[in-house]
Amino acid sequence: MTTTYTYSLPIGPIHPALKEPIRVVAEVEGERVVRADVKRGFAHRGIEFMGMKRNAIQTLYLSERICGICSISHPYAFVKAVENAIGMEAPPRAQYIRTIIAELERIHSHILWLGVIAHEMGFDPLLYWTWKGREMVMDLLEYLTGNRVNYAMYMIGGVRRDLNEKKIRAIKENMNYYRQFNQEMKDVFMSDPTYKARTRRVSLLTRKDALELCAVGPTARAAGLRMDIRQDQPYDAYADMDVRAVVPQDITGEVMGDAYDVTLVRLYEIDQSIEIIERCLEDLPPGPILAEPNLIKLLMTIKRSEGEGVGRHEAPRGEVMHYVRFDGTRDGPVAWKVKAPSYNNINIWGRVLVGAEIADIPIAVGYIDPCMCCNDRVAEVRRGGRELPYEEVRRKCREKTMRIKREVMG
Amino acid sequence: MILEMLQDPLVRVAFAVLLPIIAIFLGLFYKGLDRKLSARLTSRIGPPIRQPFRDVRKLFLKENIVPENSIPWMFNAMPLVAMATSLTLLLYIPFGPFPAPLEGRGDLIVLLYLLAMQPLAMALGGFASGSPYASVGAQREMVLMMSYEVPLATIIVGFAYLYASVPAAASAVWAPFSLGMIAQTPVWAVVSGPVGIIGLLILLGVLLVVTPAELVKIPFDIAEAETEIAEGLLAEYSGRNLAMFYLSDAVRSFAMCAIVVVLFFPHTLSSLVPLTAYPWNTEPVLFTLETLWFLLKVFIVYFFAVTLVRTSFARIKVDQAAKFFWLHMTLAALFGLLLIYLDVGGWF
Repeated sequence: MTTTYTYSLPIGPIHPALKEPIRVVAEVEGERVVRADVKRGFAHRGIEFMGMKRNAIQTLYLSERICGICSISHPYAFVKAVENAIGMEAPPRAQYIRTIIAELERIHSHILWLGVIAHEMGFDPLLYWTWKGREMVMDLLEYLTGNRVNYAMYMIGGVRRDLNEKKIRAIKENMNYYRQFNQEMKDVFMSDPTYKARTRRVSLLTRKDALELCAVGPTARAAGLRMDIRQDQPYDAYADMDVRAVVPQDITGEVMGDAYDVTLVRLYEIDQSIEIIERCLEDLPPGPILAEPNLIKLLMTIKRSEGEGVGRHEAPRGEVMHYVRFDGTRDGPVAWKVKAPSYNNINIWGRVLVGAEIADIPIAVGYIDPCMCCNDRVAEVRRGGRELPYEEVRRKCREKTMRIKREVMG
Repeated sequence: MILEMLQDPLVRVAFAVLLPIIAIFLGLFYKGLDRKLSARLTSRIGPPIRQPFRDVRKLFLKENIVPENSIPWMFNAMPLVAMATSLTLLLYIPFGPFPAPLEGRGDLIVLLYLLAMQPLAMALGGFASGSPYASVGAQREMVLMMSYEVPLATIIVGFAYLYASVPAAASAVWAPFSLGMIAQTPVWAVVSGPVGIIGLLILLGVLLVVTPAELVKIPFDIAEAETEIAEGLLAEYSGRNLAMFYLSDAVRSFAMCAIVVVLFFPHTLSSLVPLTAYPWNTEPVLFTLETLWFLLKVFIVYFFAVTLVRTSFARIKVDQAAKFFWLHMTLAALFGLLLIYLDVGGWF
């Protein structure tokens, strides 16, 4: 009888495969993972708490800083939630502009993921090439909004910047470029034998698992689930666009739910985004871009309103949901809850990593495009089996800050 | 004149001491070229060509950390073993017009062993580091080594078989396993017909595929996979020890490409261009030209077998690599060997 020995291989919190801190401890037997444990909470910043101390407009721009990549997903969900709570509706032109910016972001986020997954499998030239192509949309976003990231474009009840003829022409030119670039990307990703060898049947997620573990976004769609907030609960301009979820069964005719299918879903979603943007530009209605241009008045409206609101947006990674509550005493939310797509999607690691090889870990980890700072919304500090109360943690933090300050200052 | 001078034992020793130093320089220089070209191929600017020299200098200045749960003597010895074998490997390779310093004291079989020694040293160093990443890397290195050694050995056997078949009268001392002999008699002239040429082309293809695996380069850098096991074998190495591995890798990359050149493209410049027709045909000029010609050939092999391959592929998994070498490459090598057998036997 043979005895097999397992040993644990720690991935993270700091590891070359991870762009942000999270810990995956894989029990490994040879090259095969027999058990995987995920520990999160390394990137908790108390952003919701900070938001509850600020007014709603400040919180809107704070929400942009939740995620480093989707700078528009969180503001989008936040403005929808606030508008839902105070009963406000953005003017049609603003709705269309919001959709255009959100779709531009989807393009850059998906290209970013394609580069990252190529890097995870040691295909760095592909990373350089895809990211070089991504620069165009980043430049466009900078031209439209003033920033490459953290666009500061949205406002409760509208958007802050209008599109003029010159900007519309720039978007159209950009979309022509991306139609061609995406075709090239499809050719490369779908025809490269090593890419296929590394992603086919890797991190398999069945339809049942995806449902059970509440997967969202491209991860769920790759498992064959036709779910997309833009399709199921259309908001803003999406209601006019008739968006259909991109699923692998429509592309190749079969569903595997593996990393290759996710690639397909993301590649075809870029095409979908290009279509949506072009239709938005065609149908762009005239009119104002803000429902309430006077921000003081807007804040007073919020201060006087009581109630709660939920905003949902289909971020590049999946559904992002914000919940806000106003109690009529202050001009910011008294309760703010953020649920990012990675919060759901990280749950599937435990399932897909079992039985995977060590070489598959970076791909299984990368294929949901995890965003740690998006999903870390709570931190629990335990010492000796005891949960430390908030005051004690705060006191210890202050002590440490003072100590470091003394050391640095000498 | 130069060849006669090299007969002198003292000159020979000096040459044997000088060659590794030149080789370290060349290895790092080629590494710099490789990085620059790979960067240009992926539309990056890339580091300056002298970057590997700076890397080595910096590594030698850095602290040499030995992990607590390692086996220190083995951990520290393996970089030296790797470096020594890489340099020894070089002493068996005819360097352009110059004969190998250890000519006549070893042959293709020694070369095979020396090629296997460096990965073995790295694997042992990995096992000795006491880190899970390094252990996984070492396991992978062993699996990979066992996979690509068979096709490599088949190529060596093919060469020995081919040269052994030449009538002994062709040369006074005919050593079929000697690299010097192979360098003087291009292999393409030894085979008699198109079947043999096809067989040789297959062997060349196999050797070019084995080269990146031998040098732990993408797509076969499985043992050092950065995003999977954080540089694997080298995870715990730092400072001087890491610099040793870095240097040995640079020297070995140069040596491996030089072996490909010596085995398959030993043609001298003077055999292609009538150099003697020119008035400046003094011996030093000829030797310089021949050396540059040799370096150019090595560079071309380096570019196609290492730089281009590592910029065009993703890293594959260890089981895929093992299957690829055991099944496809071994079969291809054996088929090439069969064709050479048919050629030598005069069946065609």
